Amino acid sequence: MDKIEVTFTLNEVEVTRSIAADSRLLDLLRYECGETGTKEGCGEGECGACCVLLDGLPVNSCLVPAFQVCGRSVHTAESARPTDLEKLNASGTAQCGACSPGVVMVTRFLTQNPDVARDVDLRQFMSGNLCRCTGYDGILEGVKSVLGDHERIDSDEGPA
Amino acid sequence: MSVGDSLPRIDGIDKLGGRTRYVDDIAMPGMLHAGTVRAPVARGVVKKIRFDPGVNWDKFVIADHKDLPGENVVATIQNDMPALVDREIRYKHEPVLLLAHRSIRKLREALAAVRVEVEALPAVADPLAPLAPEQVQHGDDNVFKRIDIRKGDPAAVFRDAPHVVEGLYYTGAQEHLYIEPNGVISYFEAGRLVVAGSMQCPYYMLDALTRAFGRTRESFRVIQLPTGGGFGGKEEFPSILAIHAALLAEKSGAPVKLVYDRVEDMAASTKRHPGVVKHRTALDRDGKLLAMEIDVVLDGGAYVTLSPVVLSRGALHACGAYSCDNVHVHAEARLTNSPPYGAFRGFGAPQTIFALERHMDVAAGKLGLKPEELRRCNLLKPGDTMATGQVYREKTDLAALLDRALTYAGYETKRREHEVFNSTHPYLRRGVGMASFMHGAGFTGGGEVYLASEVEVEAAADGSINVLTAQCDMGQGCDTTLAQVAADRLGVAVDAVKAVRPDTSIVPNSGPTVASRTIMVVGKLVSRACGDLLRQVAGRDDISGEKAIAAIRAWHDGNPGGRLIGRAKYAKPVELDWDEDAYQGDAYATYGWASYVAEIEVDLRTYVVRAVDFVALQEVGKTVNPAIAAGQIQGGVAQGIGWALYESVALEDGAMSNTQMTNYVIPCCGDLPPIRVYFEEQPSQYGPRGAKGIGELPMDGPAPAIVNAVCQALKINVNETPLTPERLMEHLEFADHG
Repeated sequence: MDKIEVTFTLNEVEVTRSIAADSRLLDLLRYECGETGTKEGCGEGECGACCVLLDGLPVNSCLVPAFQVCGRSVHTAESARPTDLEKLNASGTAQCGACSPGVVMVTRFLTQNPDVARDVDLRQFMSGNLCRCTGYDGILEGVKSVLGDHERIDSDEGPA
Repeated sequence: MSVGDSLPRIDGIDKLGGRTRYVDDIAMPGMLHAGTVRAPVARGVVKKIRFDPGVNWDKFVIADHKDLPGENVVATIQNDMPALVDREIRYKHEPVLLLAHRSIRKLREALAAVRVEVEALPAVADPLAPLAPEQVQHGDDNVFKRIDIRKGDPAAVFRDAPHVVEGLYYTGAQEHLYIEPNGVISYFEAGRLVVAGSMQCPYYMLDALTRAFGRTRESFRVIQLPTGGGFGGKEEFPSILAIHAALLAEKSGAPVKLVYDRVEDMAASTKRHPGVVKHRTALDRDGKLLAMEIDVVLDGGAYVTLSPVVLSRGALHACGAYSCDNVHVHAEARLTNSPPYGAFRGFGAPQTIFALERHMDVAAGKLGLKPEELRRCNLLKPGDTMATGQVYREKTDLAALLDRALTYAGYETKRREHEVFNSTHPYLRRGVGMASFMHGAGFTGGGEVYLASEVEVEAAADGSINVLTAQCDMGQGCDTTLAQVAADRLGVAVDAVKAVRPDTSIVPNSGPTVASRTIMVVGKLVSRACGDLLRQVAGRDDISGEKAIAAIRAWHDGNPGGRLIGRAKYAKPVELDWDEDAYQGDAYATYGWASYVAEIEVDLRTYVVRAVDFVALQEVGKTVNPAIAAGQIQGGVAQGIGWALYESVALEDGAMSNTQMTNYVIPCCGDLPPIRVYFEEQPSQYGPRGAKGIGELPMDGPAPAIVNAVCQALKINVNETPLTPERLMEHLEFADHG
């Protein structure tokens, strides 16, 4: 496979790597940059475990060809704010931890986009992150805790 | 005191921040990547293995069954499953050959360049189908295990019973779908083969290595790495990866990483046993159970592996939480040419409890009783005996537990509202259903005596406490809760206590991390080991806190450089008795008891069923960490709802064919309602501070509660999981035309 050179910003640090042209962003992060916080759950964009922020937008890094990040900015769970992680953990967001980094990055997107956070139904919005441990209540509690907006109305108010 | 506190889990921050290193996050110098060449048919004989001449095979490490230094078996119960196919293939995707290479890309190309040529043999697809002689592969009849539980004289009672109700109940296979697939890494260290990876049972893996290599336990070191979900799927199954990776590491002399991708993991790994349960029940006019005949068949797959014990738990839960004087349970696990079905949260009980709890609703309908009335008059009361003769000695009022769950769910109001709603809405139907059930905590019968688990608690001079067990945190939080148990017993701060990573060169064998046994059985041993430690430093075990810390410090002052270790070993409680041959006695030391209530909505345009409310009320003794316990319940309920409505394993040649998250659907966040968890606490003498097992219980109740709700909403009887839209459509269409 032909090699290409990719220069991008990873968690605010510029990095350059020579990679196989058909590499996925997930491979670039995990195996070329050694940032293994991003996990592979399914390799086909279903589970969301490999979610990272690409120029601030959440993407499944298993579906992004690595060459597409040239000159762009990627954030992974390793860059998460410690206070956010504490709030998530206090809410039972993590159990086995395999889906957690993806959940953290979607949460980060919501904190950076308060208009989105205000308007969405969190239960629907978080549906791109599959979790087999928590039944999702711990995840939703955690996200709400980070967003710190206790007046939100969403589907968690229960059935009418 | 830390027991009873909802401490955040101690490993949570690192997991969330991506700093936890799972097996695939590890790279070692010179490491090879390994892959598995698998059988292409369900049953056959290997004729030839062809290697594509276009590949430079000299660059690959290749291993097959002839390379195994010891016995070609994966040690479990009967040791009938080979680690690598010799001649005979028993299931599609059975491992035949192993490859390893520096480049994962070259490895993948090479895996596709090996062809296993076979002569196919007649396979068994359906455990209920009649057997041709050429299909027999185990004993005379392909039956792995038979169990009979007898009580009273059911045959006599059926002759004059006012009511006899029959039913047939089917449950499907289920994939664990832990988010981290199976994986191990193996390497040499000081003349010893090390296997580190994702697992629940380091000592099972150690035994499997010992057998397959024909060497002593000391020749190996097994280390559990952070494990991204297990649910039983990493109980017996990872042993096969351990043998494969260790074999390649030995042959190559290099570190070898063997990590399955999602497709391979779903295709080749274990699943929940599909089940068929037949009920025939005699009742009196008031609905009192007079006699129960229950026939259970579990599809065991191609090798015995754990099927006998899965069957055992299934049979022992077949009569549920009800009292009945005349019982015959007959249970069989049978061979099919599918990948072996294995351990999965609930371990046989979800299958039989689904059948029973559906059957209770069917029976109530036949007798014109309300489902809650039929349950109330039959739930165990103090002094009643279960099917094995075990006396109900617990303090939990099971009828009151059911009533409490119904109250939380607003059951009566919902029933009234649904009646109006269903008669007016053009296409939506709402229903509410329940299940009352239990789950035995710890190993069945004499299992804990056989395990003879041991734990250690070490106190260092600086006051730090290490808890040494083989219990694997796979997300259920035992690194946190076992630390809480020790901190509580010693009266020290929980941050002074650490659960040491399971490593067979360091921790004693406290048994597998299965069977809802960790907190109750091993936790109790941890508490007792703390007592032993206190006796060593103070001559008494009724001190704690500052006094304990001072005594520990004084001991170290008097024994410079010495190791202070408290120990405990499982001892059978004298009052418990189990007769394995007769299947009589105390099947479990104690049980978790529960009543679940599900509310659903069916869309008759799409046949999609959604859970819209879920109440999970259980009595699980003292909850060591209520937040972690609630997380266990919520996750189990979600998995149960998945099994009830979404998760359909499609078989092709006996093996799963929908091996992707795209076509094997588990519930996502938007599919589920908030899961409302409530605990009742009746401290048990068998666990630390009264704790009982939790992990499996929430898997048992959701499926019957959900399907009961669907049946109530649509006034139908469907008796199967998963109740996918396609199946519900077929049922309704058939009913329309029937």
